[in-house]
Amino acid sequence: MSLVFAGICSHAPGITGRIHMADKDDARTLQSAMNEMRENLERAKPDALIVIAAEHFANFFMDNMPSYCMGMAGHYNGPIEDPQWLGIERTRIPGVPELSRRIITSIMQDIDLAYAEEWKFDHGIMVPLHHLTPRYDLPIIPANINCQGPPLTPLHRAYAFGQALGRACAEIPERIAIVGTGGISHWPATPDSGKINEAWDRDFLERWCDNDRDALLDYSDEQVYLDAGQGGFEIRNFIAVAGAAENSKGTVHYYRPIPIFAVGCTAATMAIA
Amino acid sequence: MSLYYTQKLLYQLNRDQSLQEKFFADKESVLTDYELNEEEHAAIVTPDIGLLYILGVNGQILMHFAAMCGYAWPEYIQSMRDALDEHGNVKAGLYVTTDGKGAT
Repeated sequence: MSLVFAGICSHAPGITGRIHMADKDDARTLQSAMNEMRENLERAKPDALIVIAAEHFANFFMDNMPSYCMGMAGHYNGPIEDPQWLGIERTRIPGVPELSRRIITSIMQDIDLAYAEEWKFDHGIMVPLHHLTPRYDLPIIPANINCQGPPLTPLHRAYAFGQALGRACAEIPERIAIVGTGGISHWPATPDSGKINEAWDRDFLERWCDNDRDALLDYSDEQVYLDAGQGGFEIRNFIAVAGAAENSKGTVHYYRPIPIFAVGCTAATMAIA
Repeated sequence: MSLYYTQKLLYQLNRDQSLQEKFFADKESVLTDYELNEEEHAAIVTPDIGLLYILGVNGQILMHFAAMCGYAWPEYIQSMRDALDEHGNVKAGLYVTTDGKGAT
């Protein structure tokens, strides 16, 4: 089998941690969109879910920062943040080490990938899992692309990482789902928190849905910083999903700027070709 | 280079409950392990969240230290806005504002 599901969604900690401060319609419609994404994921009957997230100094720091890392542990724990702050209780999340190792080994044919047998999930993974696998019963393989501590991996490498991931999935009998989390434009944890560049977001999502590689890679970090903030660097995760599902086209199921969540909340999927 | 150690301390505090307990019981005993200048040292001990932001601490690290020090989210955001007014733009790192102000 191979890739059976590919999607992207937001992971901002305010989505769960500041939900009590949100407009009721914003909270309700986002929850509904994530429920729909969960149902689509469940219908795909995956054996494991790869979450490509940009973590935020939970496991990796500038003393030894990998551009790409995947987990191959038997289990994971999260959230690393204060549960009350994030609005998600601490829990144990199942891993799938042997399958992880096979996928990682395959990707290494194309990408110099780090691996980790210990990983504390932060909001980048926990917020999506809170919505998509609320019983924490689907084995997870975490993947991280460094979007926080420059120098950052070039966008074309993020797409290539996704392609390698897609090829690895095609080689194995298991059914694999992939979700990329983060972005799109946002200025998280800064005085600009709540600022969202909706036009930029919608243009990026159009490129993502077209799975137009050239258009997806036609950004410089300097311009992203100006137009989409520090959080905009997380487009790497979305671009990797596009690479994994190359030749597929996407659909945006939900997009709404929600300033109290500090991001244009997004849920989109690729129709796997 | 000491911004690196400022961020390293906060990163380690964020992920290590036992270090947190040691830090809040006796801050100086923890700070001796990090190469900090006087300004960074004082900003951490006070704590002065706004000044740590101005010195260049990444927001993804700083917001958790702020919460650990009892800052509610609006207070955290306001402390950075006040610091921009007092000190001017962020001095280093990825969290320099593009307009030197920050949204209101």
